[in-house]
Amino acid sequence: MCSIMEGREVVLPTVSRVALCGGTHGNELSGVYLVRERLKRKVEEEEHISVVTVMSNPRAVQQCRRYTETDLNRCFTHATLSGPVTDKTPYEIVRSQELNTLLGPKGSPEAMDLVCDLHNTTANMGLCLIAYSDCDWISLHIYRYLQARENNHHRDSSFWMHFLIRVELPYSLDSVGKHGFGELIGPQAHGVVRSNILSTMQEGVQQMLEWVRLFNSGTPFEGGKVDVYTMVKNVDYPRDFETRGITAAIHPQLQDRDFCLLRPNDPVFQTFSGETLKYTGTEPLYPFFINECAYYEKGIALSLWSNAASPSPHMALAHSRAVPDRQETRADTLLRPEGARWTGAR
Amino acid sequence: MTSSTNVSCFHGARRVAIFGGTHGNEMSGVTLVNLWIQNGKEIQRKGVETKPFITNPRAVEKCTRYVDTDLNRAFTTENLSAPSGDDLPYEVQRAQQINEIFGPKGSPEAYDVIFDLHNTTSNMGCTLILESSKDHFNLQMMHYIKKAIAPDSCPVLLTEHPLLKYSTSRSVAKHPIGLEVGPQPQGVLRSNIFESMRVVLKHALDFIELFNEGLEFPPCTVDVFRVSEKMDYPRDTNGNIIAMVHPNLQDCDWEPLNPGDPMFQTFDGTTIRYEGAGTVYPTFINEAAYYEKQQAFVTTRRETLAAGAIKKA
Repeated sequence: MCSIMEGREVVLPTVSRVALCGGTHGNELSGVYLVRERLKRKVEEEEHISVVTVMSNPRAVQQCRRYTETDLNRCFTHATLSGPVTDKTPYEIVRSQELNTLLGPKGSPEAMDLVCDLHNTTANMGLCLIAYSDCDWISLHIYRYLQARENNHHRDSSFWMHFLIRVELPYSLDSVGKHGFGELIGPQAHGVVRSNILSTMQEGVQQMLEWVRLFNSGTPFEGGKVDVYTMVKNVDYPRDFETRGITAAIHPQLQDRDFCLLRPNDPVFQTFSGETLKYTGTEPLYPFFINECAYYEKGIALSLWSNAASPSPHMALAHSRAVPDRQETRADTLLRPEGARWTGAR
Repeated sequence: MTSSTNVSCFHGARRVAIFGGTHGNEMSGVTLVNLWIQNGKEIQRKGVETKPFITNPRAVEKCTRYVDTDLNRAFTTENLSAPSGDDLPYEVQRAQQINEIFGPKGSPEAYDVIFDLHNTTSNMGCTLILESSKDHFNLQMMHYIKKAIAPDSCPVLLTEHPLLKYSTSRSVAKHPIGLEVGPQPQGVLRSNIFESMRVVLKHALDFIELFNEGLEFPPCTVDVFRVSEKMDYPRDTNGNIIAMVHPNLQDCDWEPLNPGDPMFQTFDGTTIRYEGAGTVYPTFINEAAYYEKQQAFVTTRRETLAAGAIKKA
């Protein structure tokens, strides 16, 4: 976890180039419809910010499938992005390299300042921002801004908000930008668009862009604690030894109870013969992605996360617009302890 | 079938099939049928041969609705009588095979009863699908099931309609019954949905056993929802959807929709209202698989059907 000194302020250059991506999974329809509608509307040029709207996986969108050959949102590791392309290369790998050219290159000064990638889940997770680090101050501050707006807004009580931190080497589309996060809303069946979910996503995107405009025009943002969840481990379904078919379903007492603390001996699965299988871990953890459709094939019935408060610093725009790279790095370096995870020139 | 003293006599229901995986990503049926193929004790009843069967194994393997074409629309006379061959779409070939095993459709050799297990992303609860208003055996079975699971409800959807009726896999049997349980996302197995389907099937098989043992079922009435009209999403000139199911209608399957009630919401927030002549009862609201079939929901009208007394011949 990043540590910051009391009262320190981070200054960063403008977040002037933003990418909004949908249809990274072709059957997660909120992002598909949001991007489609934005592409139809004439977007006005703005001072301080340019927003690129991208339909990430048009072939999968057209077929209303998660992917055609391989999961696009796992193709953005440096290794895959720099791999050779032949006519046997899966479509999504070719596409990931195209997107890297358009929005990156990942790790370079030319990359988009901010990439926001829109997703849905069949799990009852509300609205989640998913990042790789709790030191990405831009993402943390956007989350704080969305949370503050949420508290002032009458909303369906099922829309809780969470900030999730993955611990793997960054593999997703949002990692192409200098800053980025996935914005995930559930529950929604794949292949379906629910109006309340789409409205929530539209508001989230508007508020994110609002924050960027405010930041770019010099508004400072106060620091504070942010509740974050960090990935600990995945739990697979019990499976038949020979066929690898699942032999139990998520227990009715766990189904839909994402982000409710799971304690040792709490029910997790119910076998088809009615037996309850309990959580055998020793540490109480928070489940997310409970019964996400796309994760059956990845061997994940649910994943378990730990919770802690993470500090976010006061933030302001660097006074000079033309901030050389070394100054940007130095501002971040002041606050970076050894061993923190970096992806390129963040 | 002979009539005497107002009791319709049917031959015993000796051959019963339970179909799962007609749509390969509707997981309750796939899971139940696979379970019963391994161990069929739960579905055994005296005097009945109950055969669990995966109708679309290739779609199940890929966890997709279908491979070439929707199997549950493929049992048309044209398809079933077409010369067989590898050039036919996979599901048409499959329909012909199924017709051979469980049919032929319309003949005396056909299976007595076929239950076809489905899931839906719509909030339809445990819905029974009836294809003919004159199928007294099925009406009596549905009456029995509804009583058995009360106070939980089990709506009956009657798909008898000159244009909207479709050629289902179960239509091969003399008495076809569809089971449609939701809401459940495609590709997902929810334990509550799974158990509901299991319980309904248990009651259905109990009914068949009682009937085969000679129990007479007195006349009864069954409230049904008769399918009326298919409603598509509003679309632009390129065929793209320009509005979604309105939040007031979302998840309100089987509830009354009155003229003037909100029906769709455009992406900029405008409400489009229902302009029909009278109250209807919508169902299959926002079913994922129906976007490509140009259907946002279907309207139904309430009706009460009468079933005469039945008894095994």
